[in-house]
Amino acid sequence: MKPTEAPKLIVQDLDLYYGDFQALKRIQMSIVSRQITALIGPSGCGKSTLLRCFNRMNDLIESVQMRGRILLDGQDIADPSLPLVTLRKRVGMVFQRPNPFPLSAFENIAFGLHLHALAAGRRIHAIVEQSLQAVGLWDRLKDRLHQPALRLSLEEQQRLCIARAMAIKPEVILLDEPCSTLDPIATGKIEELLYALKEHYTIVIVTHNMQQAARVSDTAGFLLLGELVEFGPTNRLFTNPRDPKTEAYITGRFG
Amino acid sequence: MRWRRARERLIETLIRLSGFSAIAIVMLIFVFLLKEGVALFRTVPLGEFLTGQRWYPISEPPGFGVFPLICGSLLVTIGAAMLSVPLGIASALFISEIARGWMKELLKAGIELFAAIPSVVLGFIGMTLLAPLIRQAFHVPTGLTALTGSITLAFMAMPTIVSITEDALTAVPRGYREAAMALGATRWQMMVRVLLPAAGSGIVAAVMLGIGRVIGETMAVMMVTGNAAVIPHTMLQPVRTLTATIAAEMGETVRGSDHYFALFAIGIVLFVITFVVNLIADRFLHREQR
Ligand SMILES: Nc1ncnc2c1ncn2[C@@H]1O[C@H](COP(=O)(O)OP(=O)(O)O)[C@@H](O)[C@H]1O
Ligand SMILES: [Mg+2]
Repeated sequence: MKPTEAPKLIVQDLDLYYGDFQALKRIQMSIVSRQITALIGPSGCGKSTLLRCFNRMNDLIESVQMRGRILLDGQDIADPSLPLVTLRKRVGMVFQRPNPFPLSAFENIAFGLHLHALAAGRRIHAIVEQSLQAVGLWDRLKDRLHQPALRLSLEEQQRLCIARAMAIKPEVILLDEPCSTLDPIATGKIEELLYALKEHYTIVIVTHNMQQAARVSDTAGFLLLGELVEFGPTNRLFTNPRDPKTEAYITGRFG
Repeated sequence: MRWRRARERLIETLIRLSGFSAIAIVMLIFVFLLKEGVALFRTVPLGEFLTGQRWYPISEPPGFGVFPLICGSLLVTIGAAMLSVPLGIASALFISEIARGWMKELLKAGIELFAAIPSVVLGFIGMTLLAPLIRQAFHVPTGLTALTGSITLAFMAMPTIVSITEDALTAVPRGYREAAMALGATRWQMMVRVLLPAAGSGIVAAVMLGIGRVIGETMAVMMVTGNAAVIPHTMLQPVRTLTATIAAEMGETVRGSDHYFALFAIGIVLFVITFVVNLIADRFLHREQR
């Protein structure tokens, strides 16, 4: 067991509405540093919505109304003292469909570095190399760093997106069903990658694949119709669920 | 059954026929243009035609130098592009990325309405409202100048540039925007660093189509540029364009005269310019695919 740390993210009484429709109901949870936390649940239960609260991506949607608080290292993420740009630098995100920019692999990774003026010249090259090493793409890409990223395979694109998110040294990485467009072998490789990454990052992953959640996560949360039905250590949640609804879901009786 | 197959074949033949006839008509027009235009070069050498600085087709001896006209066309076109391209792209960004709800709908409808204004009306407005303004603002003897033409034509190019650029921006996948925002880009950074490059080829096409419209425009320029066939040195001088020359003089020429052939030769020059513009647009449009 690692020494107990203060939670990286705390969600307090979070309600979220799309117009009149309540997508999240009274969510309470704490996300531990340097762990993988998985959010599972049937499609449409609010997993992505919850994930997008952590980096305030829902701000882009006009109809969204929120109540409650999310604390990052004890600081309210909605507080003006934490600028949105800083929040998103600290909390990175990887999307369901790989979405590299229509630029070269190199430029994709350098993008965030330029945005936040984190590096210049040679340093950029070093960080690009580091990030690609970390996601296991360096050997494959080092000779074609300047070719369009859209020519890569989907798995490589998704790795590149993870590298792009990591390059700006976030503290938390959010992943929204990062393997849903990948085949099982590629999925396995991404899972290994996540496992290696958790040494340095706090990872929150949304997945509708229960085996994946069981394989990679330390803590898991089960969402159903916008409610966090159960949240706890992955082992416990999968072997000995407390809520009958969780049990029904993980034994495949609905969802 | 057999009846149906016969009908299919008939329709197919008709479609093929109309396709071929479209090509054939274009070819015929081109051949006609070439034949009538090239006839001029029997009396006036090509070099003299292109670089000659005197356009006095009905003086004695006549001057058939189109250099001032080419300069006039280029000056008016470049001026119009310099105004309409930045404004058009900025408007498109505003409509697609910033405006919401009724504002967006209103602007889009407005742009479409704009495109529907006949060029003669724009020319009329340029002549009666813009020209006096320019005369007073710059203290020049006449308000009918290259600048007046550029501004008027910029208004003609704008709707094309705005609506096609807006389409190109809207077609940029949402994933790109989200990726940029999630990396901590501001909205402005997202637009400049992701949207504009991603929509790049569409924007170049928009600009080229807008410019194409400007180069070919005749009525409005004829009304507002003053039509003096001299080499312009500033934007505040009257100029005469290639198109205006053809339109103004074609009615007065004798068929088969040198003047008549010279106007066709101008047509060839216009054709070449437009062709080059289209070629550039095409290059950019297909750059992505290669
Ligand atoms: N932009 C939106 N506007 C309105 N409703 C939305 C929007 N996004 C998601 N929803 C609704 O919110 C609920 C949760 O969606 P989501 O978080 O995407 O679910 P999940 O990721 O678990 O499949 C769904 O019922 C969905 O229809
Ligand atoms: Mg989802």
